[in-house]
Amino acid sequence: MVEFTLPINSKVQKGINHPVKDVSEKPKKIIIYRWNPEDQENPRLDSYEIDLTKCGPMVLDALMKIKNEIDSSLTFRRSCREGVCGSCAMNIDGVNTLACLKPIEEVNGEIRIYPLPHMPVVKDLVPDLSKAYEQLASIKPWLQRSKKDFNSLQNSSEEKKQTPKDREKLDGQWECVLCFCCTTSCPSYWWNSDEYLGPAVLMQAARWVNDSRDSERKNRLKAVNDKMKLYRCHSIMNCTRSCPKGLNPAKAIAELKKAIVTEL
Amino acid sequence: MSLNRPLSPHLSIHKRVLTAVFSIFHRFTGICLSLGAILLSVWIVLIALGPTYYSKFQMLSSLIFFKIFLFFWTLTIFYHLYNGIRYLFWSYGKMMDLGTVYKSAYVVIILSILSTILVWISI
Repeated sequence: MVEFTLPINSKVQKGINHPVKDVSEKPKKIIIYRWNPEDQENPRLDSYEIDLTKCGPMVLDALMKIKNEIDSSLTFRRSCREGVCGSCAMNIDGVNTLACLKPIEEVNGEIRIYPLPHMPVVKDLVPDLSKAYEQLASIKPWLQRSKKDFNSLQNSSEEKKQTPKDREKLDGQWECVLCFCCTTSCPSYWWNSDEYLGPAVLMQAARWVNDSRDSERKNRLKAVNDKMKLYRCHSIMNCTRSCPKGLNPAKAIAELKKAIVTEL
Repeated sequence: MSLNRPLSPHLSIHKRVLTAVFSIFHRFTGICLSLGAILLSVWIVLIALGPTYYSKFQMLSSLIFFKIFLFFWTLTIFYHLYNGIRYLFWSYGKMMDLGTVYKSAYVVIILSILSTILVWISI
């Protein structure tokens, strides 16, 4: 349901200012959304100042510097620090992206960092993605082979071959790291996240629909052919705008809709 | 167990990206056009009712306020038309890469303004 304002327990308050101890050459102010489940208070915005001459180039480097040197209670997810794992997805300077791929230089003035929008917050910059993962599981993101296809192979242990041309159809879809930057930038998903699958999950649906080795193409298309699951996508294109890997979920969804019209 | 987890901020903190702005304006102009269609039918009814009623409309339409209103309504028509054509291409999965999405957005703005001006010059 469309609700423009935040619930009472989610209203963001003014937070603590952490001033720099030593005078820095190249100061940068970073404002971060904080919420601790252990105290009974509302979320707040804390501000930190760091010296860019003593910090790595990416926003993730700044976050780690703050955690190591200023405030060890700051909580965020990170792992690979090179855009492969999709853990450090957050809203930086108003746009969802991976902190490890976002250069500090790209943000003029102070950097504002929030968790992924319209998600339940576990702590600080860590959103609860369990609903999104459930939705991903619902589209069966694995290879399905029917008995018929299986028996036609002379040797059942033979690999399932795919022509380079068929393999190309998956390009731009298999690269998704499931960071959910796109899904949480989508206003449609904000208002209908209980039923609408969202761009990340729909692009995975398209990835399996387009796989020549999969025998369930028709059933997969039937499964997403639903006014809530798929057609809450109104081509707003925020997903494509925010994808840190440069992928195009909106196009994948458009082609999914087209396949439903032409094939079912 | 109630975790009392807060909802992370959304509309208030997300940047006004062009993609979303164009989408919401498409809806907004659509609503304006529906309301305008009602006014259009009122206008036709007034013509049908005869000169005494129509003269009242003429009084209203001579106001500068009415002209400005009509000018923006013309702009609304063209924006909705051209952006609608953009959506038609998207329905075929065409012109959907981000660069083209931005370029076509600017084309829609320029075409809407030019068409509106052209209409107002020619009347």
